[in-house]
Amino acid sequence: MYTYTEFDDAFVRNRVAQFRAQVERRLDGSLTEDEFKPLRLMNGLYLQLHAYMLRVAIPYGTLNSRQMRQLALIADRWDKGYGHFTTRQNIQFNWPVLADVPDMLDALADVGMHAIQTSGNTIRNVTADHFAGAAADEIADPRPVAELIRQWSTDHPEFQFLPRKFKIAVTGSPNDRAVTRAHDIGLRMVRDASGAPGFEVIVGGGLGRTPMIGKVIRDFLPRADLLPYLEAIVATYNLLGRRDNKYKARIKITVHENGLDAFRDAVEARFAELRPAFSGIDQEVLAGIEAQFAPPAFRQADTAIFDARYATDPVFRSWADTNLTAHRDAGHAIVTISLKTPGQTPGDATSDQMRVMADLAERFGHDELRISHEQNVILPYVHRADLPAVFDALRAAGLAAANMGLVSDIIACPGMDYCALATARSIPVAQAIATRFEELKLEHEIGPLKIKISGCINACGHHHVGHIGILGLDRAGVENYQITLGGDGTEDAALGDRTGPGFAYDEIVPAIERIVGAYLDHRDSPAETFLMAYRRLGLGPFKAALYGSGEGARDRAA
Amino acid sequence: MSRRFTPKIVTANDLHKGDVVYLTADDRWSRHHFEAELIEDEAIADIRRIEASRQTGTVVGVYLADARPGPRGPEPVHFREVFRAHGPSNYPHGKQTETAAPRP
Ligand code: SF4
Repeated sequence: MYTYTEFDDAFVRNRVAQFRAQVERRLDGSLTEDEFKPLRLMNGLYLQLHAYMLRVAIPYGTLNSRQMRQLALIADRWDKGYGHFTTRQNIQFNWPVLADVPDMLDALADVGMHAIQTSGNTIRNVTADHFAGAAADEIADPRPVAELIRQWSTDHPEFQFLPRKFKIAVTGSPNDRAVTRAHDIGLRMVRDASGAPGFEVIVGGGLGRTPMIGKVIRDFLPRADLLPYLEAIVATYNLLGRRDNKYKARIKITVHENGLDAFRDAVEARFAELRPAFSGIDQEVLAGIEAQFAPPAFRQADTAIFDARYATDPVFRSWADTNLTAHRDAGHAIVTISLKTPGQTPGDATSDQMRVMADLAERFGHDELRISHEQNVILPYVHRADLPAVFDALRAAGLAAANMGLVSDIIACPGMDYCALATARSIPVAQAIATRFEELKLEHEIGPLKIKISGCINACGHHHVGHIGILGLDRAGVENYQITLGGDGTEDAALGDRTGPGFAYDEIVPAIERIVGAYLDHRDSPAETFLMAYRRLGLGPFKAALYGSGEGARDRAA
Repeated sequence: MSRRFTPKIVTANDLHKGDVVYLTADDRWSRHHFEAELIEDEAIADIRRIEASRQTGTVVGVYLADARPGPRGPEPVHFREVFRAHGPSNYPHGKQTETAAPRP
């Protein structure tokens, strides 16, 4: 994987030293909060409900065992012994004390990590398919391109004060696991008629207050044109994007208000100007990065030990059937480590669990870990013969929940348990739903079902693209949960449809149970997933299950 | 048409630790909601808030929150303030364990 150059290291160290001085000046009173706030945000430091929160970037979700161990050390030394993995492949520490943050940043720099551009109106951490480099269905590993974009966008002088934050996601596979259609720019690797690799460029997607599915601005962009084209898009947005109203400042609104065609014309004109300035150095840099992402040497070994365990141990079999994904090398598997054990906070890992995962990556996984936007951890390169040992170690650490993609594999943002912007809690709702379906022992019968929960309209929990989306709101001083159905974050991206009036905190779990019950009653066969059934049936039977016969009256009151 | 003024407390986050603090009648910052000064008059509430906002070396993000009298002192009204006074619901962290605050 990518290792820092001397330039990267000096840049990050320099930023930490600057921030250390800024924190000192804040604490001794020479800086006011108004002066300090933008500086701390530039370094990923937020002030939340109960404490500061440090958000650390994990570029394209990739880290090695040394980095994971360092996150564990930071959690133990300066926080409360755990970390929270987010839907943007970041990790958040919820309890740092201001004076400690420069030391935390130095500890991160020791392992080539930082918290830069995890906040502010800049190009944020570039996200990528968490199965990158390992997936059987992939055209090419998207991470070299993501790293190129990271280098291009980090401290880009023109793009430090965009109208609003800017998020880019890349996938190298036709099966979109990076939610590219819900990003400011989404890049999907495709091939043209001659077989040459390039990108489908999607622009103006985003969730939040005004959710929109991104639109294709270029069907096929040759690889060599990537940076000038991205620069043209961001520069056009920088010029046309609205700065008068923060709710209309994202590129999705710029594209919407100007129209895709007019926006595309402006981008293409800018691209024509910029293209000659890119002399090919970017392609040399990319070639260098690609060498660092060369796949590991996959060992060939007998898988009898896996087959024997699979045949005899139903618990192992259930985990293997649920949490393994097809690998590009048939002897290997992609392991998803669930951070969603029912009852647990989605996305949280203790420092001990982090160390277990780091050890497993080192011993069995070519020293690589990934963080998925679904808030799980991935071991992308495990030989099948090693899976029994990996499973046993995970089980001992409370990390062996066999629920990937099932009803308890819930995305939940921090919500009002931590987030200052929240309008309701999301974590306890996720805990209660997962625990309830665990009790019912129905999870595997229900099959693939993605529930996503956000604690406010900002939609960090991606609720719009959940098969079942839950949005927590404050209705006249009481928590109230709105449900959407039929959302989809894949290549067939769709926004969910609102069912009707929301539900109180103590009504939301029974409501979800009724929706799932309606699905089980109405599906053709177990092969028809929740999403397929919803697409066939529409809202009707689900509304009936949720609201009963009085639905019309309650609807009008919504 | 004047509406009845809902009593207020002045609250903020501590600059150093980031935790929730409340302004007391004798101008201290307390970790306990029930020690806050309950302000019944709108004009006084604004003055207290503005004064508190000047303490930029001690606290961050000063604002007025609704409160009501209780047996031990002021109690939060809105659920957000209940959580702020207590701590997160998924772990026994924050005020609920650090300051022996009573469960809401
Ligand atoms: S969706 Fe809202 S509550 Fe949840 S993390 Fe984002 S801003 Fe906070």
